[in-house]
Amino acid sequence: MSGYAADVAALARKDLRLELRAREVVPAMSVFVVATLVVFHFALPRDSGRHAAYGLLWVTLVFTALLGLGRSWVPERDGRVLDGLVLAPCDRSAIWLGKSLATLAFLAVAQVVALPAFALFFAPLTAQAIVGVILADVGICAVGSLVSAMATAGRTRDLVLPLVFLPLAIPLIVGGIGSSIAAHAGSYLLFLGLYDVLFSILSWASFEYVITE
Amino acid sequence: MGVALAMIFFVAPVDGDQGISQKIFYFHVPLALTSYICFGTGAWKGLRLLWTGAERYDLESYTAIHQGTIFGVLTLITGSIWAKASWDRWWVWSEDQLVLFLVLFLFYCAYFMLRFSIEPGPRRERISAVYALFGAALIPVSFLAIRLSQRFIHPVVFTRHGPGMTHAQFAAFCVSWAAVLLLAYVMYRIELGGKRSDAQLQDLREAVAAA
Repeated sequence: MSGYAADVAALARKDLRLELRAREVVPAMSVFVVATLVVFHFALPRDSGRHAAYGLLWVTLVFTALLGLGRSWVPERDGRVLDGLVLAPCDRSAIWLGKSLATLAFLAVAQVVALPAFALFFAPLTAQAIVGVILADVGICAVGSLVSAMATAGRTRDLVLPLVFLPLAIPLIVGGIGSSIAAHAGSYLLFLGLYDVLFSILSWASFEYVITE
Repeated sequence: MGVALAMIFFVAPVDGDQGISQKIFYFHVPLALTSYICFGTGAWKGLRLLWTGAERYDLESYTAIHQGTIFGVLTLITGSIWAKASWDRWWVWSEDQLVLFLVLFLFYCAYFMLRFSIEPGPRRERISAVYALFGAALIPVSFLAIRLSQRFIHPVVFTRHGPGMTHAQFAAFCVSWAAVLLLAYVMYRIELGGKRSDAQLQDLREAVAAA
């Protein structure tokens, strides 16, 4: 394993181990996702149909991700670890990649709960919808880790993150809903992939500037 | 600006289909294009900041985005008036450009909130610059997303076969665009000058206080 990949793996493993010991974020996200789906059952009028339910699924997924992202840099901030990480002899973008991978893992666990719950409560999910969810997750974690680090730099941390993140997530929601309800989802999945590639590269390249003092 | 107004109302012929309400087109579209240019300038200055590390690009980028947001709000307002005149509703989701401007407006509102929540310094400059770059990437991506999300029913004026306007209309459009651009540039210079003298005053005060 090359040095860069080893750095990324070590950083991601640190977050996963922290979560395994503390068990804070993932249980919260899983319960939140189910609670939101239940709330949406009552919010949806009875004959509003499946399309509305798919829309709500995406709203739920984005807000669950937001819940996780809001916590993603909290351990670093509280323990003043970030200064140490910046000084560490590794490429700084590795910090972003490690954080994104860890967040992706958390989100994936929450969705292992969410998607069956959605299929049980509302409507069945097709394979293309699941591919859409996976592709959107990548984009959410890539962009989310970066803007979350940005928001951490300010005084009003938890306040600014949703404001910054939601406009950036609108293309993901469009692509996700399209892949869930369209008969031929190819173009939507392609769009999601494009978004992932573009914003991952952008985040990867610009993270260094966000993190250094 | 005066020439543009005169051309809009006296030179350009009244549109046969939409009548007098079509006149607002000469404001709406130049405002929108100017707003894009401002956001693009902000991103470009941000890139320069990250590239060279020169501090002055921070204020330039911020001012450009501020102007872009102002013109974006004006675009939303004129677009809304046009929608009211054309379709008798203040807001139509089927109009891609308007929806895009709403998304951008929200995005850049968050820019200001993020910027003012961070202590002034090099880190704030760099975060603002990165944010401005994200904005430039978000514009085409959002546009594509909004296109994907609905059928396109906005009256398309610029097609692949060139502008679908008479010469007088096109001339009036160009003049009003030039006028709006000039206005944006003048406002940009004024705001930048004000911000710069503020910063200098602040430096002087600190120097006096330290002496």
